[in-house]
Amino acid sequence: MTETRSLPTRYVTHPGELKTSSGRSLRTDEMIINMGPQHPSTHGVLRLEVVLDGEIVVDVIPHIGYLHRCFEKHAEHMTNYQQVIPYCDRMDYLSSMNNDWAYALAVERMLKIEVPPRVETIRVIMAELQRIASHLIAVGTYGIDMGAFTPFLWAFRDRERILDLFEMTCGARLLYNYIWIGGLSHDLPPGFVEKAKAFCTYFKPNMKELNDLLSYNEIFVKRTAHVGVLPADVAINYGVSGPTLRASGVNWDLRRDDPYGIYDKFEWEVQVGKGERGTTGDCWDRYIVKIREMEQSVRIIEQALAALPEGNVQAAIPKRIRPDSAEIYVRTETARGELGFYVVSDGTASPYRLKARAPAFVNLSVLPKISRGCLLGDLVAIVGSIDIVLGEVDR
Amino acid sequence: MGLLDQRFENSNVLVTSLEGLLNWARLSSLWQMQFGLACCAIEMMAASASNFDMMRFGVIPRATPRQTDVMIVSGTVTLKMASRIKRLYDQMAEPRYVISMGSCSNCGGPYWEHGYHVLKGVDRVIPVDVYVPGCPPRPEALLEGLMKLQEKVRKETLVKKTA
Repeated sequence: MTETRSLPTRYVTHPGELKTSSGRSLRTDEMIINMGPQHPSTHGVLRLEVVLDGEIVVDVIPHIGYLHRCFEKHAEHMTNYQQVIPYCDRMDYLSSMNNDWAYALAVERMLKIEVPPRVETIRVIMAELQRIASHLIAVGTYGIDMGAFTPFLWAFRDRERILDLFEMTCGARLLYNYIWIGGLSHDLPPGFVEKAKAFCTYFKPNMKELNDLLSYNEIFVKRTAHVGVLPADVAINYGVSGPTLRASGVNWDLRRDDPYGIYDKFEWEVQVGKGERGTTGDCWDRYIVKIREMEQSVRIIEQALAALPEGNVQAAIPKRIRPDSAEIYVRTETARGELGFYVVSDGTASPYRLKARAPAFVNLSVLPKISRGCLLGDLVAIVGSIDIVLGEVDR
Repeated sequence: MGLLDQRFENSNVLVTSLEGLLNWARLSSLWQMQFGLACCAIEMMAASASNFDMMRFGVIPRATPRQTDVMIVSGTVTLKMASRIKRLYDQMAEPRYVISMGSCSNCGGPYWEHGYHVLKGVDRVIPVDVYVPGCPPRPEALLEGLMKLQEKVRKETLVKKTA
């Protein structure tokens, strides 16, 4: 008599359910293995303590702190508010522009500064370019996790063109210090608008290329569909945000639901996961939402480039920043989700307390919940799909 | 190769030709540990991706320290991570080289003053061959660092060093 497992292992919710057809339990002794901090698919220095029953994950305990750089302490120790911005850059180093913007916005709201329309538009362009660059890395490295190397090379090829745009604007490729409180460090250089438009026309066909290569690839879909399903209610309870939340079918995007900047002037759509290839909220949904968000970002960039007003980008930069004693919480949508800065001012030239609500940290907290009962190989797919940046998890 | 290292008393035409061959082989296939720490790791990835193509120097990323020749320490080294880096270095087979990439791993970088548990330079736990400055260094700078390391490997000798 051949003994077969009663359920495909993917759908097992608890290892105890694994039984042979004759009713014998397939449970084995538990084994603990360490994944990381040096591991090619943990996307940085994350250490996962994995409790295994055979090949099935019983529990995952993330250990963090290998890249803790005490951002909040640095913010308190700076001599003025402007000096915090470079540290915001280094927090989530894949979406520095978005981080700078969130911090600048918090201080601007404390000071009640009106930012010129040209600055607002340039900020939107930069933030959306940065979102594409960040998602390209997420998608490319996810391909590597799933055993496909080519998407990584293609994604970086396109990303370099975005970095060229950033470089001609502010001189840096990765960490920009571009968005200042009340303005920008530089105006757009001559020829930027044309190059950015050229990028949009260049990039749109590449999305289809990437879809053909990876998104609808049978092997890739088999590895990611039905894996690591994150139901909408669990996502909301854990405070998950960004593409990871939207993939679970929750229509929530701070750019639309708590508008900042001038996002309300543009036409675009919030992308949600629909479970086309598997279950809503699985790894494939989390992947495809990023792909579709890039398309929407291109739409926003094109509209912003068409309606770029004239003006002086440094007109509203305050000479002296000393907000009155107050506290403020400002949240923005970065490539990973809701990035919030809670700033407490005591009337001096530097923040009394600055707390960053990091989306990657909160998104990581849901990992043990959704990976119990999956295979060890699928754990790699889940970790890659929630797109964490350890610089932001640990801060 | 390690067996021959520093075993010869004097250099002669045989030894110098042999070490020329060995050094050429070593410097043309410096396999790199696929190991990113922080922001610099993104530039390291960019350096090995399409536009900069580090593989043309024979640098192939390997996921395990036992198969690698060069460790690129790319990012902030915290005290918690320092002991792991030391262990990874110990697991690498000799000859092994270290490139310290970026200000953080050179000297602590922007976290030098207030980073209460940031290691002020990775050279406090492992020996460093090449320092690449920058925050983060451009991929071109990393490639330059790699070429400097190749120059260093080219000058290695099998002859015993006389102090």
